[in-house]
Amino acid sequence: MTVTEENTANTASAAEAVVPATSRGERFSSYDVEAFEVPGGREENWRFTPMKRLRGLHDGSAAATGEVKVDAEAAPEVRVETVGRDDARLGEAGTPSDRVAAQAYSAFTGATLVTVPKETKASKPTVVRITGPGEGRTAFGHVQVRAERFAEAAIVLDHVGSGTYADNVEFVIGDGAQLTVVSVQDWADDAVHVSEQHLRLGRDATLKHIVVTLGGDLVRVSPTATFAGPGGDVDMLGLYFADTGQHQEHRLFVDHEAPHCKSNVLYKGALQGDGAHAVWIGDVLIRAAAEGTETFELNRNLVLTEGARADSVPNLEIETGEIEGAGHASATGRFDDEQLFYLQSRGIAEEQARRLVVRGFFHEILMRIDIPEVRERLENAIEAELQAIGA
Amino acid sequence: MATLEIKDLHAGVVTDEGSKEILKGVNLTIRSGETHAIMGPNGSGKSTLSYAIAGHPKYEVTSGEVLLDGENVLDMGVDERARAGLFLAMQYPVEVPGVSMSNFLRSAATAVRGEAPKLRHWVKEVKDEMAKLDISAEFAERSVNEGFSGGEKKRHEILQLALLRPKFAILDETDSGLDVDALRVVSEGVNEYTANNDVGVMLITHYTRILKHIHPDYVHVFAGGRIVESGGKELADDLEENGYVAYIEKADAAAV
Ligand SMILES: Nc1ncnc2c1ncn2[C@@H]1O[C@H](COP(=O)(O)OP(=O)(O)OP(=O)(O)O)[C@@H](O)[C@H]1O
Ligand SMILES: [Mg+2]
Repeated sequence: MTVTEENTANTASAAEAVVPATSRGERFSSYDVEAFEVPGGREENWRFTPMKRLRGLHDGSAAATGEVKVDAEAAPEVRVETVGRDDARLGEAGTPSDRVAAQAYSAFTGATLVTVPKETKASKPTVVRITGPGEGRTAFGHVQVRAERFAEAAIVLDHVGSGTYADNVEFVIGDGAQLTVVSVQDWADDAVHVSEQHLRLGRDATLKHIVVTLGGDLVRVSPTATFAGPGGDVDMLGLYFADTGQHQEHRLFVDHEAPHCKSNVLYKGALQGDGAHAVWIGDVLIRAAAEGTETFELNRNLVLTEGARADSVPNLEIETGEIEGAGHASATGRFDDEQLFYLQSRGIAEEQARRLVVRGFFHEILMRIDIPEVRERLENAIEAELQAIGA
Repeated sequence: MATLEIKDLHAGVVTDEGSKEILKGVNLTIRSGETHAIMGPNGSGKSTLSYAIAGHPKYEVTSGEVLLDGENVLDMGVDERARAGLFLAMQYPVEVPGVSMSNFLRSAATAVRGEAPKLRHWVKEVKDEMAKLDISAEFAERSVNEGFSGGEKKRHEILQLALLRPKFAILDETDSGLDVDALRVVSEGVNEYTANNDVGVMLITHYTRILKHIHPDYVHVFAGGRIVESGGKELADDLEENGYVAYIEKADAAAV
């Protein structure tokens, strides 16, 4: 067994390894919104979130005043349907673990169900575009992606538009299935999006779950990965770019309850502008039964300008000694003057040098996004973000 | 024919506690075609001199001038200095993760030459120069200096020298971290460049061994933040025999 730990906070950040009062595994969850107390903002899982900007999603005051528009462009092998609340398949991947997720679960009217049939390989990525309810409106939603046993597919969930939106997204991955998922939050500036994503991996299933957050006023995505059987392998990748005034929060939980599973978490973010705030929480729990677990998580933040702030909290709980390896690391740094100097000393102008450094920073994640259309779009989005600060 | 004049250069390092003076009046003129060896003990300020000339943000010039053909490079940005024809092979080259060596080299060559080199010529040029320095082709796709050994980093500094073709090259301890074979390969790289180009070289070193491969026209002893003695090759022989002690004393005496 190896346990590695690294925690460097160069600047502008409170990177603190927090040992929670209670185990992450004991956190309450329920489908019923009333089973949760209204959070005040000091609770462990709300302490970084600006509650006022949630527009009442957390206290019951946000009623549904609109709907999201769902457009799917599916691979021919993939089935996309809209189902009612009572569909027995819903809720299979996990239970809401905070009040906003439970609110969304209690309030959605129809769910989008994407099924990749068993032993089928989808011939192209399936794109589900979710357009917000519009400025000043609130909507609740539900999406479930089912990859039946030995299915192989790539699914893109593309969130665009305006308004306030809370949802649960489920990924039910059957035995031996291989799924790549990209959830893109490319919202307009006014949007608020709170999303709990439930990742349930069957025996020997493989999931690459990629979260990309670019826009919005407040975006809070909480992916939880659980293993229904041994041999599961989850890659959780994240890329975010927080601008002036934006709050982007990613709260991950990997619950290793089955033996011989793997998890690998890599989130990288850049921040620029006054009041840009990124929060990354990485909880990993290795339960007593999860022998042979291999896990590593890493978060890196690049603070491009003054006035931006990144919080990064890795947390690893281990209840068994019989693991393959576990480690975590987190670091927040400013633009590396030495790197800029080196590039400039070769004649490269400052502006271009900055771009090279930021692109380089995201490179290891972009490289692992094996859907060319998505990767290209992200490269362009990063480029556009950099132009915005004249970097 | 170009000239690099360093005139009464005073510079310090900017730390959290403030500025600490390291260079205490450096005077040196280098003309193209000349190789000047700067030799001095650890901590005497050799790298500070090279960084001050290149414009590293941590080093602050408090007085003096550095003129390239009469123009004060201290008024220029770091990248402008490079485009004006200065090159610094660093003692500790910097790692830039995620930026491939090939992308970096092409960006740098484009900047310094003022236009993007024609792709076909460029590929061949890079390949040839890499071969001369015994650098295997796979390095082109690796991130700049990331995970390179000390010797590999130094070879890549000289590769950049060959591709960026400066008027003046400052080589800061290019010999350190090189084994005997690598020292020969790298020295040949430098010699080939100086033989085929009208270039001035400031060769900073702590040891005399590189001077067996690269023959300096002038040798300067650097101690206590300034040049305390100048001469020809015989000065290097004297240092080889007797070390820096006498010069350190001289620097100390001058400082009083
Ligand atoms: N960034 C820095 N912060 C603090 N002190 C510094 C810094 N850079 C240089 N110094 C100090 O300035 C002095 C000169 O350093 P410099 O690196 O220029 O010496 P050098 O002659 O190149 O030495 P070496 O032969 O070891 O390379 C040393 O005392 C060094 O500790
Ligand atoms: Mg030095």
